[in-house]
Amino acid sequence: MKQYLLSVHFVEGAPTPSDEETQTMFRETGRINDDMQAAGAWVFGGGLTSPDSATVVRVDNGTATMSDGPFAETKEHIAGFWVIKCADLDAALAWAERCAAACGPVEVRPFDDLSQA
Amino acid sequence: MDLASIYRAEYGRCVATLTRLLGDINLAEEAVQDAFTTALQKWQIPPPNPGAWIVTTARNRAVDRLRRESTREARHAQALLLHHPDEPREVGPVRDDQLRLIFTCCHPALAPDARTALTLRLLGGLDVPEIARAYLVQEATVAQRIVRAKKKIRDAGIPYRVPAEHELPDRLPPVLAVLYLMFNEGYAATAGPLIRTDLCGEAIRLARELATLMPDEPEVLGLLALLLLTEARRPARLDPNGELVLLADQDRSLWNRSLIAEGHGLVRRCLRRNRPGPYQIQAAISAVHTDGATTDWPQVLALYDQLHALAPTPVVALNRAVAVAEVHGPAVALAALEDVDLPGYHRLPATRAELLARLGRDDEARAAYDQAAALATNETERAYLQKRRTELTREWRAS
Repeated sequence: MKQYLLSVHFVEGAPTPSDEETQTMFRETGRINDDMQAAGAWVFGGGLTSPDSATVVRVDNGTATMSDGPFAETKEHIAGFWVIKCADLDAALAWAERCAAACGPVEVRPFDDLSQA
Repeated sequence: MDLASIYRAEYGRCVATLTRLLGDINLAEEAVQDAFTTALQKWQIPPPNPGAWIVTTARNRAVDRLRRESTREARHAQALLLHHPDEPREVGPVRDDQLRLIFTCCHPALAPDARTALTLRLLGGLDVPEIARAYLVQEATVAQRIVRAKKKIRDAGIPYRVPAEHELPDRLPPVLAVLYLMFNEGYAATAGPLIRTDLCGEAIRLARELATLMPDEPEVLGLLALLLLTEARRPARLDPNGELVLLADQDRSLWNRSLIAEGHGLVRRCLRRNRPGPYQIQAAISAVHTDGATTDWPQVLALYDQLHALAPTPVVALNRAVAVAEVHGPAVALAALEDVDLPGYHRLPATRAELLARLGRDDEARAAYDQAAALATNETERAYLQKRRTELTREWRAS
């Protein structure tokens, strides 16, 4: 079994979904989570608050500094993710297809070998 | 058979089999290369089944290598290799392994450039400089593409398997596209000599393998038929001076009759299934061109209409316009080309130039020939276009 991160992204300036669209998305995401758990693919997952609630912590010469805002200065920020375990990429892509239909484009990224011994 | 031809014929099969046994493409390649090096030293004359000899030797090499390494994975892999109760002692290359490897190399999660490079390397046995020459890219670029693709296969867990039947509609097209691309680059090379018989031959060999492995997929048969019928006309494509000869002017007695017969048989076989796809229709068009002494243009146009309905690409629209010109005249064809947009592709202005010439609009035709010649990357094609331009003042020969 391999572990994969399926991440969903929030794009600054993109139109905000309507309440109805949000409700549909939550409902379908709930269904996917249930199916992942039933199939034994689920490891962990969840949605994140907006990037303006992020804080970056750095340590320089043993001194920690904190700064407000996300690490990456981009318009695209991670908005939510799943960690799943699957036999191979094709199985992960099949889950990603369902997730993408519910939440928009999904990036599928395998964990490295050391993290999934 | 000499070792070089054995290498070309068996490399892909052996790597495919070793990949199944070892579950690792890099290890499989190393083991097969080791075995060929051993063969070079040991063979006075090649054994009756060179592929089986290579696989057995490569497998023993891999076991030795795994013994020397002491990691847990290596011991595990070694145990798997040593305990294959169902397998005969002499392991021959298994064709299904190649099919699995083709689908792995052409997985949609890999970039299209990487798919072609990897297929040529792992299944065709071409080395990096050969692939770089075929696609006019730097060797370092090809090497990097291959390394990255193999790493992604391993890290992302791209499975080494043939997709299930319901997945084939999505998964087969990239495989067919790679073989088609390989053949086309051989048939009309981007630069250098116009025709590269090695690439054409390799694409046909792999298409034949695929057709043997998937005899029930009509598009696979369609692709093979298309390649065979195109290849059949190759001997007539250049005149003794190395100049390009268009289809209408080709000496049909030079065409390869046995390839044509085989291609026609395949076209009939796949069309009987009544699941027409782009490759089958293109094969049918090629079959019409190679049937009889002249081309039945209304039939070709009807097939292009069908192809255009199925795959409305600008290239199909361009080729369809050539058939329109033969059936309805150059003015109608020119109008059909108005909305076709193919930036940088020399065949669009080249076709417009021919049509304009036929309409007697010589000045516009000359300008279009100039445009086409400037865009053509192959010297043989450029020379042809320049020749056509200078011939403009002479009487138009029907084609």
